[in-house]
Amino acid sequence: MAILMPKVLEVDWGIGQSMARDLDKDMMLNPSDRGGRRSTRRGISLKALLNNYLLRHIQTFFYTLGQLSARPFSTFMTAAVIGIALSMPAGLNLLLNNAQEVLQGWSSATQISLFLTHKTSERQAKKVASALRKMPEIAAVEYISKESALEEFSKHSGFGEALDALEHNPLPAVLLITPEISQEQPDQIAALLDKLAKRSEVDIAQLDMEWVERLFALMAIGERGVLILSGLLAIAVLLVVGNTIRLAIQNRRDEIIIIKLIGATDSFIRRPFLYTGFWYGLLGGLIALVLVEISLTLIATPVRDVALLYRSTFELQGIDSQTLAALLGVGSFLGYFGSWIAVGRHLREIEPS
Amino acid sequence: MIRFTEVSKRYSNGHEALSRISLHLPAGDMAFLTGHSGAGKSTLMKLVALIERPTNGQVIINGQNLAKVKRGGIPCYRRNMGIIFQDHRLLFDRTVFDNVALPLIIAGHGRKEIGRLVRAALDKVGLLSKEKVYPITLSGGEQQRVGIARAVIHKPSLLLADEPTGNLDPDLSREIMHLFEEFNRVGVTVLIASHDLDLIRELKKPIIKLEQGYLAHHGDIDAEGAGSGLGDRSIHG
Ligand SMILES: Nc1ncnc2c1ncn2[C@@H]1O[C@H](COP(=O)(O)OP(=O)(O)O)[C@@H](O)[C@H]1O
Ligand SMILES: [Mg+2]
Repeated sequence: MAILMPKVLEVDWGIGQSMARDLDKDMMLNPSDRGGRRSTRRGISLKALLNNYLLRHIQTFFYTLGQLSARPFSTFMTAAVIGIALSMPAGLNLLLNNAQEVLQGWSSATQISLFLTHKTSERQAKKVASALRKMPEIAAVEYISKESALEEFSKHSGFGEALDALEHNPLPAVLLITPEISQEQPDQIAALLDKLAKRSEVDIAQLDMEWVERLFALMAIGERGVLILSGLLAIAVLLVVGNTIRLAIQNRRDEIIIIKLIGATDSFIRRPFLYTGFWYGLLGGLIALVLVEISLTLIATPVRDVALLYRSTFELQGIDSQTLAALLGVGSFLGYFGSWIAVGRHLREIEPS
Repeated sequence: MIRFTEVSKRYSNGHEALSRISLHLPAGDMAFLTGHSGAGKSTLMKLVALIERPTNGQVIINGQNLAKVKRGGIPCYRRNMGIIFQDHRLLFDRTVFDNVALPLIIAGHGRKEIGRLVRAALDKVGLLSKEKVYPITLSGGEQQRVGIARAVIHKPSLLLADEPTGNLDPDLSREIMHLFEEFNRVGVTVLIASHDLDLIRELKKPIIKLEQGYLAHHGDIDAEGAGSGLGDRSIHG
């Protein structure tokens, strides 16, 4: 096909210049080979017809690309609008995925805090701790004495002096439990929580996960929001492509009338416009890709700084192959479909008179 | 080939451009459609080319009742005819070769065959050397010949020409008309709208004369000269 390309670029509807070099003259109007109505396709076998048909498609496919690259500026303008529209949902979706990744990490580190009763002595507490360590559901137990809890609290809360004024340490001793089971089995976590709460030494058993759950709930709203935004922007892309194609059709009104008079079918006339829409969409997808990548690079550094504050080595995940395929696929589909709608609406209006 | 039965055409503004026209042009014939400007010549052509639909009556082309040809069937129907316009209707951003190749492209011919047929057609109208130029650089007569090459390249059985020589000087007009005569000689049915009476007389072909939408004469031009009046369909009726 490669040898076809340069020539194809100068044709329209697959109409090619300099198609054959062999000049053999035959008297074109030979009465003996003219027949009735079925004669339009006389002399073309079905196989040749199919071959020619595919060839025309390929030619038109590349021709329309050539047309677009002949007007790089206006092509870029349209494609850029599509690209910006596509980049927004793609970028937001990527951020959501990243946030989910972070949350997954946090939720698997879910811990249960057992606040022990004040009556519980340190010796008892340590005994409980070693008993709990033997339970299969529990991965690790950390004992935090009243004193170290107070120390920690006064260091971080800023209430240090106020606490010094107290006669008694008001804080309970705490057992920090890391469950073996993770977020994926919330029932089991709840059962474990129940079991631990029932122990006599335990005052309160608290799961440090509720805020994670809340964040997940917020994320669900975010996801829904991105979905709605995607829908709206998809419509915007359809409108942009539709309008561009509508103008293209109007510019070529006379041409369309002429080839209709010659017997062109609607699908023949439609073809270059559909491919043009496809190219716009694909280019828009590529531009969106670049925009998202640039945005990611811009926020990568601040994200890394934040991650460091949390002693995390988290790195932003870039565009994976699935997102890439989705972006280009959705882009070219929307381009094709937007063009299809426009052509369907406007081609019927153009009839010879 | 062309049969009109009691055909009337009223445009949406209420003007009746054709009134109860009945005529028959047998396959392989050549005839001239004459009449003053506004007589309805173009309207009759448009009915044959399915650009317009009749308000009343029946049009049968090549045995096919046009009322039965739906919108989707029009492209296929038109591929069996060649249409030539007074204003040529060429694509000016395409070369002569590409213009002439159009009907073959549309019908799905291969490129090799297209090259061969286009050159044969251009040779026939004497424009073989112009295949690579753009129509805008051609004279009116040459442009019309490109239009003719395009109209005949797919070997249609019916050729329609609406005032094909309207803008040409007498010599060029004669040349063009003789070209049509040649196509007719190899079996193509030809219908030409024209009011160039001298040329028509010279070619000795039957005429169909319209007057304000009515059929005024159908037959030899000499009979018409005697003013034999309305509804004379002695030859082909
Ligand atoms: N689309 C149209 N709408 C309304 N009237 C029309 C239309 N086309 C032609 N006419 C009228 O019909 C009559 C016949 O026109 P036409 O067939 O073009 O005549 P001719 O080709 O013989 O000059 C004229 O009076 C013309 O004004
Ligand atoms: Mg006219």
